[in-house]
Amino acid sequence: MHETMVAQSLLAAVSSEAAKQNATPVCAQISCGAFDAINDEALCFAFEVVGRGTVCEGMKLEIEHKPIRARCKNCEEIFEIELSSPTCPKCGGDFELLPSEPLMLETIEFETE
Amino acid sequence: MLKVNIGRKILSANEEYARKNSRFLAEQKKLCLNMISSPGSGKTTILARTITELKGEIKIGVIEGDIKTDIDTERIRATEAPAVQINTDGACHLSAVQVSKVLERLPIEDLNLIFIENVGNLVCPSSFELGENGKVVVLSVAEGDDKPAKYPAIFAKSKVLLINKIDMLAAGVQVDFDIERVKADVRKLNKDIEIFTISAKTGEGFAGWCNWLVKSVKALG
Repeated sequence: MHETMVAQSLLAAVSSEAAKQNATPVCAQISCGAFDAINDEALCFAFEVVGRGTVCEGMKLEIEHKPIRARCKNCEEIFEIELSSPTCPKCGGDFELLPSEPLMLETIEFETE
Repeated sequence: MLKVNIGRKILSANEEYARKNSRFLAEQKKLCLNMISSPGSGKTTILARTITELKGEIKIGVIEGDIKTDIDTERIRATEAPAVQINTDGACHLSAVQVSKVLERLPIEDLNLIFIENVGNLVCPSSFELGENGKVVVLSVAEGDDKPAKYPAIFAKSKVLLINKIDMLAAGVQVDFDIERVKADVRKLNKDIEIFTISAKTGEGFAGWCNWLVKSVKALG
């Protein structure tokens, strides 16, 4: 349940942007890598709870999951890896994982008068 | 509707503290390892034996993370190594700011190596950098050999895997654990990981693990 801390950090980021825009956020788009182990339901629930009584109360969250990518050491192919059977799809060669995508707050939609 | 592009890391506050810890440790030339595993895999027992085996060779301090109690800190202090406790009061992982607050309570100058024993959890701690040089994941044979396949992130991110409680295999205890399957599954995700099979109870396999620690401490100068 590290989603609670993610939700708190997200709340702080969205609230500060809301203050800057002087507007009410209605939806935020975030993205995460597979290694961030974000469960959508847990994060949405945590955000709903920490957002109560704040400018973010009722705000929707849209979560995009980005795949883990790797580079084949043999043929240089860059591919999305399947964690259950990771091999280079082109030559079956040895690979190195590319840095996983960090948890990002991408965009916020605000209500306008 | 007004759509604003933000493009900001959500955990940037944690990352800032992690960088601060990392800078501090680098200045002091201290090795710091973040130990992660399920509850009950033997992290504290491994640490206590490691400290004892390396007494006189390298000096170890420990930051203990637990939801509640200072039971583990007391177990480390029994080895005469300095230890400080973080109680997360419910949180399932340590964060970099918590570590930064207790780092100064350790006698850093006297130490070569700082272990951070994270809260027992194979998922959440892997997402929060603490400023360490590397992660050490512990898997005990009683947990089953499917864990790297089921919890790949921590195995992909770690520098070392300790397979603990191998005395259970020798004693013929019925556990579903094929060491070779684990090694193969982990190496698929992480070619460079160091793997040591150990028993913190009997001391089997500790020579390799302790040599690796001594070598890594010396590499920092």
